[in-house]
Amino acid sequence: MSVIVLVEHTEGNIKKKSLEAVQYAAGIAQKTGTTVSAVVLGTLAGTEMESLGQYGAQKVLHVADARLDELHARAYTSALLAAAQKEGSKIIIALHDINGRAVAPRLSAKLKAGLVAGALSYPDLDKGFVIKKAVFSGKAFAFVNITSDVKVITLMPNTFQLNKGEGKATIEKLDVSFGDKDFGVKVKEVNLIKGEIPLADAQLVVSGGRGMKGPENWGLIENLAKELGAGTACSRPVADAHWRPHHEHVGQTGGTVRPNLYIAVGISGAIQHLAGVNGSKTIVVINKDPEAPFFKAANYGVVGDAMEILPRLTEAVKNFKQNHK
Amino acid sequence: MKILVCISQVPDTSTKIVLKDNNTAINNQGVTYVINPYDEWYALVRALELKEAGIASDIHLITVGKADTEPVIRKALALGGDEAIRIDADSHDPYETANYIAEYAKTVGYDLILCGKESIDYNNGAVGVMLAELLDTDYIGFATDIQIDGTTATVKREIEGGEETDTCSLPVVIACQKGVAEARIPNMRGIMAARTRPLKVVAPAAVGSVTEILSYELPPAKAGIRMVSPDNMDELVELLHAEAKVI
Repeated sequence: MSVIVLVEHTEGNIKKKSLEAVQYAAGIAQKTGTTVSAVVLGTLAGTEMESLGQYGAQKVLHVADARLDELHARAYTSALLAAAQKEGSKIIIALHDINGRAVAPRLSAKLKAGLVAGALSYPDLDKGFVIKKAVFSGKAFAFVNITSDVKVITLMPNTFQLNKGEGKATIEKLDVSFGDKDFGVKVKEVNLIKGEIPLADAQLVVSGGRGMKGPENWGLIENLAKELGAGTACSRPVADAHWRPHHEHVGQTGGTVRPNLYIAVGISGAIQHLAGVNGSKTIVVINKDPEAPFFKAANYGVVGDAMEILPRLTEAVKNFKQNHK
Repeated sequence: MKILVCISQVPDTSTKIVLKDNNTAINNQGVTYVINPYDEWYALVRALELKEAGIASDIHLITVGKADTEPVIRKALALGGDEAIRIDADSHDPYETANYIAEYAKTVGYDLILCGKESIDYNNGAVGVMLAELLDTDYIGFATDIQIDGTTATVKREIEGGEETDTCSLPVVIACQKGVAEARIPNMRGIMAARTRPLKVVAPAAVGSVTEILSYELPPAKAGIRMVSPDNMDELVELLHAEAKVI
């Protein structure tokens, strides 16, 4: 009956957001009077898997097939189905990220299980199995009740603070017999952008708009981002003008970010842009126009020329870091 | 080669969401509905390009919605497409929606199913993946480039921190985003032609939903902004550290 949670790892380490998912699963297990079985796919050291106990997993089910080191959504689905079957699980959790979003809906379709995609809360069991999620790209929230017996949830990363505890998960091998179809998609080429923080997972984001005047000024954004350890983003007009690559575009028709800190530089704050960033915990707006609508959605505001303010802010962050070593 | 393009009707991106009926519904008064941008700009246009290149023979558009969604599907037909299908149902449950489309798709047998990476109303991005499962095909999400050669699809897709190139055999479901195609504007000829293209209304299969939306909530208003002098960035950093606790 345990809660099943899919754990992602990269270069030998469990991703932080997967620890969030395990902790979330533990919270649900506690509410429903059961335990957590974390599912690890592919190659990972035993000590790393055991450490999931610190976030509430009693057990790790390990499918040690090296083909699973890269995402094969159908194979991942088969593995999670095997794990759920073995444990008699009624609740399956993955992350609301590129990998989880390719797997969880498959499980839902297969098991006739209701799906909440992008959960922002623990289920409210008094009203059924009700979970909060963002809709209209963050312009509103919906409270979704899963009415089926089996439930599938993708958790939005960076929603809950991690609390590390004590504990060591026990590891069980899980054998899954995969078919050819499970590996139907062949990966021909992988291009990773080195040194870049994936925007969807970034804790801090520095974002530029048309007020940056041109791509030649982006060094100022990048310097601040580098000093903060932040990801870089941009508004739609900037991506459309090819000043920045498309994957940096955040907004209703681009990516959605939910960082702890979003610094918007030279972005007026159209409703479409706000939709993609209003899950940010703290928003700083830097704009030379004091009437820019973005100021209404911000926690901190600076009115002035970005070209002058950005180097000052970068310097201030540098000084702060030196004083807080 | 037959392509099915999934079309969803969504509120225009400039819509301000207003709730009604004790927060159990969205007030659609004054809301302008459009084709979901990812469906229109990328999935539909790529399908049209594949037809123009002589690779695709038939392009069908499908939507799940009541009669009030017809203007939007007509608008999609004005861009192109040989026929449209409207499954006559109102569904907010992706499982139900995917099953409706899958049941219809099985009756035709499509080689390629294209959809947007998600709809900008409920942001689930689930229907395409579920369709792939229900039709027992592969699925590639977050696609930025789609090439078809015979019965093989070569697809670039976004991955965490970069991009990869995948290949797989048709049939396949591919969810599209920016890069797949360049947006088009319907012309008068297309708008006129759309009027004569068939729009089939199909009764939904018996499925049953597995989720229900009980209520909605609007984001809380920001407590108020604190302005910092452009000459005092040390103060801003200190506020972000001590007050906001984000650095």
